[in-house]
Amino acid sequence: MIEVQGLTKRYGELVAVSDLTFKVEPGRIWGLLGPNAAGKTTTMRILTGYLPATSGRATVAGFDVFDQPDAVKRSIGYLPEIVPLYMDMTVSAYLGFVAEIKQVPKAKRNAAVARVVESAGLKTEARRLIRNISRGFKQRVGIAQAMIHDPQVLILDEPTIGLDPGQIREIRELIRSLRGEHTILLSTHILPEVTQVCDGVVIINQGRLMASGSLADLAASYEKMDGVVLRLRRSGAEEAALFRGVPGVVKATVEGSEIRVEWGRGQDLRDDVARLALDKGLGLVEMRSVAGIEDLYMKIVSGGLEQ
Amino acid sequence: MTNIWSIAKKEIRSYFSSPVAYVVLFAFILIYGYFFYNLVMWFNLQAMQMAQNPYYAQQININEMVFSPLFHNMVLILILLVPLLTMRLLAEEKKNGTDELLYTSPLTVGQIVLGKYLAALFMLAVMLGLTALLSLFAFAFGNPEFAPWLTGYLGLFLLGAAALAIGLFFSALTENQIVAAILTFLTLLLLLVLNWLSQIGSGSWQSVVGYLSFSQHFEDMARGTLAVKDAVYFLSLSAFGLFLAHSVLQSRRWR
Repeated sequence: MIEVQGLTKRYGELVAVSDLTFKVEPGRIWGLLGPNAAGKTTTMRILTGYLPATSGRATVAGFDVFDQPDAVKRSIGYLPEIVPLYMDMTVSAYLGFVAEIKQVPKAKRNAAVARVVESAGLKTEARRLIRNISRGFKQRVGIAQAMIHDPQVLILDEPTIGLDPGQIREIRELIRSLRGEHTILLSTHILPEVTQVCDGVVIINQGRLMASGSLADLAASYEKMDGVVLRLRRSGAEEAALFRGVPGVVKATVEGSEIRVEWGRGQDLRDDVARLALDKGLGLVEMRSVAGIEDLYMKIVSGGLEQ
Repeated sequence: MTNIWSIAKKEIRSYFSSPVAYVVLFAFILIYGYFFYNLVMWFNLQAMQMAQNPYYAQQININEMVFSPLFHNMVLILILLVPLLTMRLLAEEKKNGTDELLYTSPLTVGQIVLGKYLAALFMLAVMLGLTALLSLFAFAFGNPEFAPWLTGYLGLFLLGAAALAIGLFFSALTENQIVAAILTFLTLLLLLVLNWLSQIGSGSWQSVVGYLSFSQHFEDMARGTLAVKDAVYFLSLSAFGLFLAHSVLQSRRWR
């Protein structure tokens, strides 16, 4: 549904996106993950036709972004990083205006507005001025305007940024509920957003592709080890040494205030590790499985991994 | 065309949902009323004195003595108010990031510029229309000629249209509304008084500088003579302003 090939964008000397290639299958939710200034917004702006690319190709819904911009614009709903709202309009007037410029036929406009007001949960706010509604609702209006012409593809730039935890959960649920009907590409710098909402991910850093694929494939290919991360009352070298004694454990290392215990794939030593912590009275505070993607992402962000 | 109209409708609504439209209309009518009243009073006085002498009595003309100076005064007021109408149009979209919505919709830059221009023209028409109602008093109680009066209004509209196009250009140039307004006002004022420069030169200098000035083209229209070359001047100035605004927006996207 979305195909990007060798996409490059330069601003003078600065290379914002360099030779980016990835693909999103129809009906899936894909995350575009990277630290700030990785080139996420630039990539999305190119896909939506806001910016021209310096070189490379991109197609959305089968249309070339550079040769058929109008067809692409009709098949994309876009939520920019800064939600494009007119503060002096009411929510429904604003959505009506967006429906108009997205060329929703006049007869269908009211129905389209009613549909997105319903699905974005804006019923109570429809007649209020956008200026007066909360940050969370503004974000919902942003998502609603992206859906107004029922596009095949939704491109959402940092849809949960600046929201409180409750609002973040609501927006994520809203996005999850759109799976299947729309192909969604959302950008974020927060990993849990990807693992909770997305089917697959494209990880970029400094404008370059670091990894891409479905979450399961990525985890499988990257992670040769299984393991857990433990947080104990005291997580030192002594405690780590204890875990190395568990049969099957290959590695146990101290990472900051945590201990990382790893074993070969295919085994499950979680019970053994937990039992040891309890038997020895190490004060187990937290135990979680090593998320392969998280590990990968941390390495990418800290610059420890090249393509 | 429907796209242009969608943008224009949104802008007109936005004028009237903020205080801008009301303040501009109020100021324009108030000042018009003040000038109109004074000129009519002065005309009455003059007419009474002139009526004593049969030779002068022939020359009493309400068009020349009231409307012509009134239109000249209104040009100055237009030049003050036009920047307030145009400063917001494109600068605010850029500043608030709403331009991203427009450019990622199936609209062309030309349609966006024309839509905004149309909304501004609508405001100008309302401003002039309301003052035209006021001057109907002159028709009710006097007998001015209709054609020169209409030509004067046409001249004001054409001059206003050119001024709005220039304002739109400056609004495209910056995302700061105040800067856009000041640059617009400066340019319009310069165009108005450019003919002063032509008085100190001679030959082709004089005619070129004179031609570029608002005053020379408005002069005849205020007096009631409609000349094609004056209309062409204002129309081409409008087209030039719109072209510049379009180029600025287009080039900014391709940088």
